[in-house]
Amino acid sequence: MSSTGQIVKVGIADLNIVRPPHVIRTSGLGSCVGVVIYDERASVAGMVHVMLPDSALAKSGHINKAKYADTGINELIALLKLEGAQVYRLKAKIAGGAQMFQFSSQNSSFKIGPRNVEAVKQMLQTHHIPIVAEDVGGNSGRTIEFDPHSCELQIRTVNKGSHII
Amino acid sequence: MNYIEKINTTHLDILKEFGNIGAGHAATALSTLLNKQIDMKVPSARIVSFNDMMEMAGGAEQEVVSVSLRIEGEVTGNMFFVLSLQQAESFISNMTGNPAFSFKGAGEQSIGLSAMQELGNILSGSYLSALGDFTHLQIYPSVPELAIDMFGAIISYGLVESSQYGDYAIVIETILKEVEAGHTDEMKGHFFLLPDPLSFGPIFEALGVGLYE
Repeated sequence: MSSTGQIVKVGIADLNIVRPPHVIRTSGLGSCVGVVIYDERASVAGMVHVMLPDSALAKSGHINKAKYADTGINELIALLKLEGAQVYRLKAKIAGGAQMFQFSSQNSSFKIGPRNVEAVKQMLQTHHIPIVAEDVGGNSGRTIEFDPHSCELQIRTVNKGSHII
Repeated sequence: MNYIEKINTTHLDILKEFGNIGAGHAATALSTLLNKQIDMKVPSARIVSFNDMMEMAGGAEQEVVSVSLRIEGEVTGNMFFVLSLQQAESFISNMTGNPAFSFKGAGEQSIGLSAMQELGNILSGSYLSALGDFTHLQIYPSVPELAIDMFGAIISYGLVESSQYGDYAIVIETILKEVEAGHTDEMKGHFFLLPDPLSFGPIFEALGVGLYE
């Protein structure tokens, strides 16, 4: 990370864009999925912290687009285009979607991690954006940080430390 | 209209009392179990944004010990008993008689972990059975699960239901502390009760207040 770089923070159900020398980070992904989409040539990247698989799940009128895999990824691609990214050059790295609890419940909320991962993959495929690296599933929380210069995604977990994909 | 827009300060006061009764019983159980004086702060019932929720126990990335469970029955929701590692180690040392217990240490952990799990069982059980007795609502907790992980990753499971309605959740929080522990911020435990959006109607009805009044 460059010493002049700042960290752009993405909250839960939030998205943002980053250019070098800055990096972009989201913390404490559990069942949520962090999706990074970037155009290496245009030196621009975006990250969305997806909480739910599908905006059809929304039960009230107003929709926070960044919350859902479908609307979040669409919105991120639209923002990247405005920043000069070319859709055919876009690539993705994804992390998260853990299954942290095994609650013996019929409630589908608790399988939300795998459902989020599935929805994100499907959405990226719809846009023909290749997933060049992923670290999904498991039962640990993750904090992720993407550097748009090196295009490396650093993943930190409580038990296994940090690694880069 | 979104359910959260119907919630007024009277409703929040009732939820606070709801937390008071539950956590009061849990604090007594904890005190008996550890043979220590436990101080319970006045509970709060708040409407919080998801990002504010993340800050309620030191930030999304903060490593915590949590005993979490799902509530089923006439009221549904999630409950989390969240402790700092340091506080959990102190409780475990107290229960197992092993003063050297450490999550990061090389020693045997399984006895300590199951003691922590059992502590969570007892506390959440006494919290929820007190609520059930008070409201005459059927409340069935799932088997609690122990997790040592980032607070954000854990608590976000409690936000899944609310997130289908908006970007806010109603959380009933109670803080428990060992009286002897002094004023250090690390030495405390948080109860977070996050009823599902559709459970507020039954809760208020059971307590004689309509959600639409």
